[in-house]
Amino acid sequence: MTAAMSLVAVPNRARSVKDLIFKAFLFAGLGIALGALLTLLVNVVVTGSARLNWDLVQNMPSARPKRAGIQSAIFGSLWVVGVTSLISLPLGVGAAVYLEEFATKDRWYNRLIELNVQNLAAIPSVVFGILGLAFIKRGALSLGSTVITASLVLTMLVLPTVVIVSREAIRAVPDSFRQGSLALGATQWETVRRQVLPNAFPGILTGSILSVSRALGESAPLLMLGALTFITFNPTGLDSAYTVLPIQIFAYISNAKKDFEPLAAASIVVLLILLLVLNAAAIYLRNRFQKRW
Amino acid sequence: MPRGGMRRRLVAEKVIKGALALMAGATVVVSVLIVLALFRPAIAFFQDVDIAEFFGSVDWKPLFKPAHFGVWSIVIGSLWVAAIAMVVAIPLGLGAAFYLSEYASSRARTIIKPILEVLAGIPTVVFGFFALNFVNPNLVKKLWPVGDVGTYSVLAAGLVTGIMILPTVASLAEDAMNSVPSALREGAFALGSNKREVSTSVVFPAALSGIVAAIVLAASRAIGETTIAVLAAGSKAQLSFNPGEEGQTMAGFIGFAGIGDQPTGSVGYQSIFAVGALLFVFTLVLNIISIRVVRKFREVYD
Repeated sequence: MTAAMSLVAVPNRARSVKDLIFKAFLFAGLGIALGALLTLLVNVVVTGSARLNWDLVQNMPSARPKRAGIQSAIFGSLWVVGVTSLISLPLGVGAAVYLEEFATKDRWYNRLIELNVQNLAAIPSVVFGILGLAFIKRGALSLGSTVITASLVLTMLVLPTVVIVSREAIRAVPDSFRQGSLALGATQWETVRRQVLPNAFPGILTGSILSVSRALGESAPLLMLGALTFITFNPTGLDSAYTVLPIQIFAYISNAKKDFEPLAAASIVVLLILLLVLNAAAIYLRNRFQKRW
Repeated sequence: MPRGGMRRRLVAEKVIKGALALMAGATVVVSVLIVLALFRPAIAFFQDVDIAEFFGSVDWKPLFKPAHFGVWSIVIGSLWVAAIAMVVAIPLGLGAAFYLSEYASSRARTIIKPILEVLAGIPTVVFGFFALNFVNPNLVKKLWPVGDVGTYSVLAAGLVTGIMILPTVASLAEDAMNSVPSALREGAFALGSNKREVSTSVVFPAALSGIVAAIVLAASRAIGETTIAVLAAGSKAQLSFNPGEEGQTMAGFIGFAGIGDQPTGSVGYQSIFAVGALLFVFTLVLNIISIRVVRKFREVYD
């Protein structure tokens, strides 16, 4: 074969078989992922269809499957996720502003904070539950199984994610905005408040909604905090006993009576709808306010 | 500008900077609290329980009388679930990542990426239900050839955990592949390579550090997964080499014991922290490996 000939792609059977196998492998990856998702959704909707009615969201949890509902779990989830957002968002955005706008990167403590955030984001959620059990539910704070205990634990859990997504949104604001503001005599904080934060706001909001939706679906840490009891009333304050949707679903799944299975599946549908609403809101905001500089 | 006003602005600036620094420092406080929460009771645990029994035997029954504290059966349980999950998630996740990064049109990408995001956002309790009510009775019970499969199986928990971490592998690996400069691909195309050859011989090696980090991070999530393990793997800690049987993982034990509301100070209560500390060390090592791999082997193309 001459040098000139090798520039022309020669049809080669071994090569095209390999191409085919590789493509099959790629589609298998996606196909099984999508197939599993579809099977899961169809399975919960079909299993839960008999219980998908207003009674489900109006009735309180009960040991009698025919009458049991999830009202207190829905309100509990709203309380816990609401309080978690109120604490974690200001804290997380503040930390992100510090790391992006004020911190000098070569100081050891700033590097420590960065590495720490990265590592915290990868710690199993049940470990946060152990922390809550030792210091918040019992131990130092001894707040018991209450809304505030759950919210504090979930705050620690979502905080690293809020910091990470807020930093990304802040980093996306072009430096020229900052330079213009500083050149006009604004201080660093004035620049952050009047230029950086307003421009980063949509990104922060979108990322934060997604982080908070993680708190809505979280079950493992709350299992550690004694949330797994029948609560037949809605929370009235931070010190109320509570249950949340994932925990109530857990309780229904692990109940040995077969009648609880449709109830668990129907409750899952409600949880997924709530998550879908949150995610749709985040995607809508992202598309609505997305800025290109 | 009056000097007093300027000074006030600068003082306010310092106060705000300090407050923001405190908020950033709060994340470090969380880590310190985690270490304190885990290791103090864990040390108390080892005053009651012989460390040689903990690491030297396989019988794990800390909540029963007589209690046994051989941690290996739940460590092996965790490794089983994680290994099965990785067998599912590595090939499928990488396949999806190659497709999205190298093959998909931008239209296909805008449809498929949100679907993976939805999969990533499904709560673990939902996956637990799926494992217990669908995967175990319909797949594992019918297809697993060895022994009789009961209500719970390590295999069902592992398979579903694999589906759970698949989007993590796919999206992190795809990020790594996307950051390979297109000049490298164009060079290979110009030499006569096709898409498959570019994917496997150019993109894959260039993105390897990111891909390894994605896999390690996913493994750490699989090891720490609690709810799926509690619901689907069972609560009987046993050393078994047949994943069709039930078994308990470290995280599964923590969740199981946590539900049981152990009295403070009891050995059962302390065992939560001892296993928690062990789990924490496992995932910490994996996280450090992942961060190191990215730092050390990342190709920088600027």
